[in-house]
Amino acid sequence: MAAMATDTSARVVPVGDRSPSSWGLGDGQAIPWEYAPAPESRDIVAIRERYGLFIGGRDVEAEDGGTFPTVNPATEEPLAEVARATPADADKAVRAARRAQRRSWGTLSGRERAKYLFRIARILQERSREFAVLESMDSGKPIKESRDVDVPLAAAHFWYYAGWADKLQYAFPGRVARPLGVAAQIIPWNFPLLMLSWKIAPALAAGNTVVLKPASTTPLSALLFADICRQADLPPGVVNIITGPGEIGMRLVTNPGVDKVAFTGSTEIGKRIAKGVAGSDKALTLELGGKAANVVFDDAPLDQAVEGIVNGIYFNQGEVCCAGSRLLVQESIAEPLIDKLKDRLGTIRVGDPLDKNTDVGAINSRAQLEKITELVASGVAEGAELYQPACDLPDRGYFFRPTLFTNVAQSHRIAREEIFGPVLSVLTFRTPDEAVEKANNTLYGLSAGIWTDKGSRILEMVQRMKAGVVWANTFNRFDPTSPFGGYKESGYGREGGMHGLHAYVRLEDR
Amino acid sequence: MAGGSRTNGTNGVNGRAVRNGKTATVASAPARIDVRKTYKLYIGGAFPRTESGRSYVVSAADGTPLANACRASRKDVRDAVRAARKAFDGWAGKTAMNRGQVLYRVAELMEGRRDQFADEVAVAEGLREPAARAAVDRAIDRWVWYAGWADKITQILGSSNPVAAPYFNFTIPEPTGVVGIVAPETSSLLGLVSRLAPPLVSGNTVVLLTSERRPLPAVTLTEVLATSDVPGGVVNVLTGRKAELIPVIAAHADVDGLDTWGVPEDLRVEVETLAADDIKRLLRRPTRVEDARFDWLDDRAAERPEWIAAFLEMKTVWHPIGG
Repeated sequence: MAAMATDTSARVVPVGDRSPSSWGLGDGQAIPWEYAPAPESRDIVAIRERYGLFIGGRDVEAEDGGTFPTVNPATEEPLAEVARATPADADKAVRAARRAQRRSWGTLSGRERAKYLFRIARILQERSREFAVLESMDSGKPIKESRDVDVPLAAAHFWYYAGWADKLQYAFPGRVARPLGVAAQIIPWNFPLLMLSWKIAPALAAGNTVVLKPASTTPLSALLFADICRQADLPPGVVNIITGPGEIGMRLVTNPGVDKVAFTGSTEIGKRIAKGVAGSDKALTLELGGKAANVVFDDAPLDQAVEGIVNGIYFNQGEVCCAGSRLLVQESIAEPLIDKLKDRLGTIRVGDPLDKNTDVGAINSRAQLEKITELVASGVAEGAELYQPACDLPDRGYFFRPTLFTNVAQSHRIAREEIFGPVLSVLTFRTPDEAVEKANNTLYGLSAGIWTDKGSRILEMVQRMKAGVVWANTFNRFDPTSPFGGYKESGYGREGGMHGLHAYVRLEDR
Repeated sequence: MAGGSRTNGTNGVNGRAVRNGKTATVASAPARIDVRKTYKLYIGGAFPRTESGRSYVVSAADGTPLANACRASRKDVRDAVRAARKAFDGWAGKTAMNRGQVLYRVAELMEGRRDQFADEVAVAEGLREPAARAAVDRAIDRWVWYAGWADKITQILGSSNPVAAPYFNFTIPEPTGVVGIVAPETSSLLGLVSRLAPPLVSGNTVVLLTSERRPLPAVTLTEVLATSDVPGGVVNVLTGRKAELIPVIAAHADVDGLDTWGVPEDLRVEVETLAADDIKRLLRRPTRVEDARFDWLDDRAAERPEWIAAFLEMKTVWHPIGG
């Protein structure tokens, strides 16, 4: 697969000579020096050969004993065998969650629930490096991101919602907030532990119990989280984790014992899930795809903007639903900005996710790499101009070069479809009106970015852009106190903040 | 159009008198022949007939024929959605206080027509006069209750968020866009107003399908809306066959949200499945709640800020501090 990526670029990009004397880093030139490897030790995490399902507080095999492998995308080597849940296992997990909701969690005071959640936050902090290394091995994301973003934010999420558990009456004045019951939660592979925390923390704080299904390519951090539940002495059945293919998630969605469904993933699957709850009373929140516009005005601080654009699209290999995948640049600064961007791309280090210097790690799976490769090829075929720096890619594993397209038309697939990879499409605009028009010209509406020195312009653009999160002079920032979620086909409901609690309660009159 | 239809002696709808909630066609020829009303659609601030040229007979609760109502078509739905979309930026862009005043003005105008509405509701729903009057009065009060929310929603449902980084981080509610409403089948006016006011007050524009059997009070309400300060296109009202029109609204890609209160049970799954195709926001009547039994007079049950929140989008902004 790595070879495939190389082929795409070799066809289109003139790879410059990699003379060490060149510090100019012009078109297609690689970094003219070598970085010494700085690998993070794997010793801190003991990966078992086999993982079961976590149901009712116990580690159990799938009903039919089935398993599937989870692979390290950076080496293509299997890491462990994981139980493949059957529909009967999914039903069993829902029953376990229901029992726990009735008998233990639902009857516990908010004050006691809070203490469990604080415990979980603390243990996550204590074992943070273990989680970071495991997450990077299973998902391919660079260790510096799992270490500095995913794991600390996951712990912070539990911390934040812990404090809400005994204060729900202040979150919904004039209303009594009751738990919905059993929540089925289906999460993606791009931020496995962080998405787990976004789902489980508010659900538990509000008194619900959960059945969580992690993505089949990244089950390990969720299964390690099961160990945290045990260490925290969380009552059995409050958190249940089942692993398996997508149909198992669908089984949870349609199980009549489920009161609430929360899904993060693609818009396509989100629509299927919305259909799965049609006609029922199940509450539903969806956090789906995106095609964010990152709008740079001519008065923006360019160097800062370049860093933000890079963070916006190459963070986590671009496998981010809110990634700033459409760069809208005001025409007068397009040339210098694109030059700077190309220079900056030459310094991005692609490679071993466990190397502390790595900026862009491995693509999560072979299937995802193929999807990215196909969409990039469509960009070339439709006439956009491709640029990739001439960095070396490892011989094995699923890697893709940071990619930038110029001369992109709004009709191109690379400007319309979510690529979920390190691929930036650059478009230009002349007036703020045109910027708004282009930014909103998508079925998605998850996030947007604005780069300008002018506060009043920031606020005007905020008002006019149809997106659930708008970053001004920054991008891809997250915080447990800050509600996150989409407009339009990017989904509904919010995660984070007080609004995130709302998704897990039923409000009644006092 | 002026209020006080009681002045001409024949109460009720189109010359059908109302006594104790029962209708009776006046037997002997009256001293004066009534000028009967044509009940039309309300789209983009105008009163067109359905483009399909179809109508259906609306009867009183006791079966007496009252009038012909428009049997709107797929094309009428599309026209209504287009009008609602066109009106959205203007309505959403008004100041909150202004929207509140516009809704309050609707209450003011309804107040002047209490008798007319009471007559129509009595005939439509088969209510005795005191019950009909109570429903009308409560509908007026409901406009007032929701009108007052206009400039409070942002403070109650928005937030500023103490993020662990140098940003001023805040979350503000914005209207979703064009909202389809399937009005309650049973409560022809009070139920309808209770569904219409919440999405309206926050700045959404609306395509509303009335009760199929009891559409007339809703049509009279459009006459109030047309002479109020609600801009044309902000509220569009269709009458017709639910089974024909609801799937069209649910499948329309330019409808952003759908209140399914009045959707018949046998259409529920189909409608929600269609709505899933473009991730429409749904406000669903809980399956345990029966439309016919819901008590719209009960303020605690029928006035809910959550129904405003159902058609709001939360926008979170990260604004830098310093640098």
